[in-house]
Amino acid sequence: MNYTLSHLEALEAEAIFIIREVVAEFERPCLLFSGGKDSAVLLHLAVKACWPLQLPFPVLHIDTGHNFPEVLTFRDRRVEELGIRLVVGSVQDAIDNGEVTEDKTPGSSRNRLQTHSLLEAISRNRFDAVFGGGRRDEEKARAKERVFSHRDEFGQWDPRRQRPELWNLYNGRHRKGEHFRIFPLSNWTELDIWQYIEKENIELPSIYFAHEREVFRRDQMLLARTLYTEPDPDNPDEEPFVASVRYRTVGDMTCTSPVLSTAKTTQEVIQETSATRISERGATRADDKFSEAAMEDRKREGYF
Amino acid sequence: MSQIDLLRFATAGSVDDGKSTLIGRLLYDSKQIFEDQLEAIERTSLARGDEYVDLALLTDGLRAEREQGITIDVAYRYFSTPKRKFIIADSPGHVQHTRNMVTGCSTADLVLILVDARNGVTEQTRRHAFIASLLRIPHLVVCINKMDLVGWSRDRFQEIRSELESFVARLQIPDLTFIPISALQGDNVVDRSTSMSWYEGSSLLHHLEDVHIASDRNLIDLRFPIQLVMRPRSNQLHDYRGYAGQMAAGILGVGDEVMVLPSGFVSKVESIESYDGQVQQAFPPMSVVVRLADDLDISRGDMLCRAHNKPNISQDLSAMICWMSEKPLEEGMKLSIKHNSTWAKTLVQEVRYRLDVNTLHRDNSSKQLALNDVGRINMRTTSPLFYDEYRLNRTTGSFILVDDQTQVTVAAGMLLTHT
Repeated sequence: MNYTLSHLEALEAEAIFIIREVVAEFERPCLLFSGGKDSAVLLHLAVKACWPLQLPFPVLHIDTGHNFPEVLTFRDRRVEELGIRLVVGSVQDAIDNGEVTEDKTPGSSRNRLQTHSLLEAISRNRFDAVFGGGRRDEEKARAKERVFSHRDEFGQWDPRRQRPELWNLYNGRHRKGEHFRIFPLSNWTELDIWQYIEKENIELPSIYFAHEREVFRRDQMLLARTLYTEPDPDNPDEEPFVASVRYRTVGDMTCTSPVLSTAKTTQEVIQETSATRISERGATRADDKFSEAAMEDRKREGYF
Repeated sequence: MSQIDLLRFATAGSVDDGKSTLIGRLLYDSKQIFEDQLEAIERTSLARGDEYVDLALLTDGLRAEREQGITIDVAYRYFSTPKRKFIIADSPGHVQHTRNMVTGCSTADLVLILVDARNGVTEQTRRHAFIASLLRIPHLVVCINKMDLVGWSRDRFQEIRSELESFVARLQIPDLTFIPISALQGDNVVDRSTSMSWYEGSSLLHHLEDVHIASDRNLIDLRFPIQLVMRPRSNQLHDYRGYAGQMAAGILGVGDEVMVLPSGFVSKVESIESYDGQVQQAFPPMSVVVRLADDLDISRGDMLCRAHNKPNISQDLSAMICWMSEKPLEEGMKLSIKHNSTWAKTLVQEVRYRLDVNTLHRDNSSKQLALNDVGRINMRTTSPLFYDEYRLNRTTGSFILVDDQTQVTVAAGMLLTHT
């Protein structure tokens, strides 16, 4: 025995420590669960961290109303298996009630509207700690995010006034009405996530694996033909075709692009991920392309 | 799946030492940079009229930083090779950001410092080496960069090396390595340089892959701080009582006799378990649940150790601290302290000295510590802490101070023997 942990075991031990700190020090935590792969890993780690207790907090899903049906099925099944409470913040309800206005120009999505529903759900449920699956390798603005990330009473993040975070001594002190976003996967990369999914045999929604789908090209990305995303019949570049694809991230159907792939198993996805030359968000998220600081701006407002 | 381990390192350098370029180079040459990210920085470089693609743009994250061309906060980067996964804590080098470097170093196994071969050792180089020593980072790698601009000169390399070696001799740095590089051209970063045949050591990446860190951990003094008491109130498990935590030091085995602090009760380890089942032994940094043979009153903040090898237990503490707030630290100040999983209040009794981090001179007349100052204080806490000297144990020897008004972390502390 050489008393060393592999990188995945070390990342797991760190994430479990972080989750337990939150359980010990916060009154009303919740875990953001979209049904995506990062949140599936996060939920798995939370179950491990709290074992043998039943998960002592609910999961929160911000439903844009444009979700993949496969993902919603997966979400509901996991919640039932674990016997935990699901809280849903609905973007559709917020639109219907006139709390937010939807931008209906082509190419726009409900991505930004999620922030309203998220903050509303946090304050309505008085959550003081919100676990998220964000990773620092995802995007430049995330690289400077703390594990315990403070949000003021408006849910805003101020990157210039972040608390120093030293050793594993997390400071979650806050005033009433403020909350923390907690990122136990901060130090994981996309490849770590996939390797861990394989190691732990974590179930994912089917759309993460290669399947046939009718797609079309828009702005150099693929989009699936769905109820919400139809090709422009007058644009010959958007001629739909059937291809073998999978999703690398799962978000809103209107702005998440599949990638061409034949990877049907976790092992095959790992091989593809190791060889890929395009970043996860660059390949699949139209929402990050608006400006160089798109993510930074959304994060400041209180986005995931 | 291949078993690879994890190395965390912190980088530091002055603004123009080429640190961002070096990190960009490490990420680029180890194929961690994706095409879309490269295209994005190519566009930016072109728009700015740069002569070459500025790899530094890969790491300058926030808009404010890009506008000012500086890094304002610790940024974390990731890359891996078939041998290791690396986490880089990239801290900026400006004078006003000592606190960022302390933050970046707190979790690091190794520190990488950049020196511009033309400028040689500067005040900042000395400060960075001192912080690495203060934070007890066992491995220091000094990259002498921009060797292309000094004609790949061996003499210049040796000159800088001797100067820094004589400074470091006054510090506590057990492992010191010098590597001549050109981050811009890639010499000795991933591949050995063909322009410096006089250099016989490894390239930087090889060194990072091979440096031995397993022995840096303390596997001798058992310390298990209790994070959570697990008492499931279910029918199947109604007598269950487990203690969850992360191993801070030592090796804990089933059947071992352990002492619980602060009560002093002794019991036997009945099992070490987790969601995945039982294990016979636990070692750092494993997160486990420990069950004891006896029903004892144990809560968060307690600690398991051995009867013949206990940590210090005291309310009177002495420590080196790095002050991180604009409002200065003064004698008589009351603050909150977090140590392991314990929160307490503390009274700053005495500022013993302020240390000039550039000259290592101790200023005994100073009764205050300002932002980015490092100094030694004595304090008293409302309840006793179970601690080891920081040099013996970075987990049980460290703490943070928090201002009760603003709730912000205002200091990083490293405990010493109280005198």
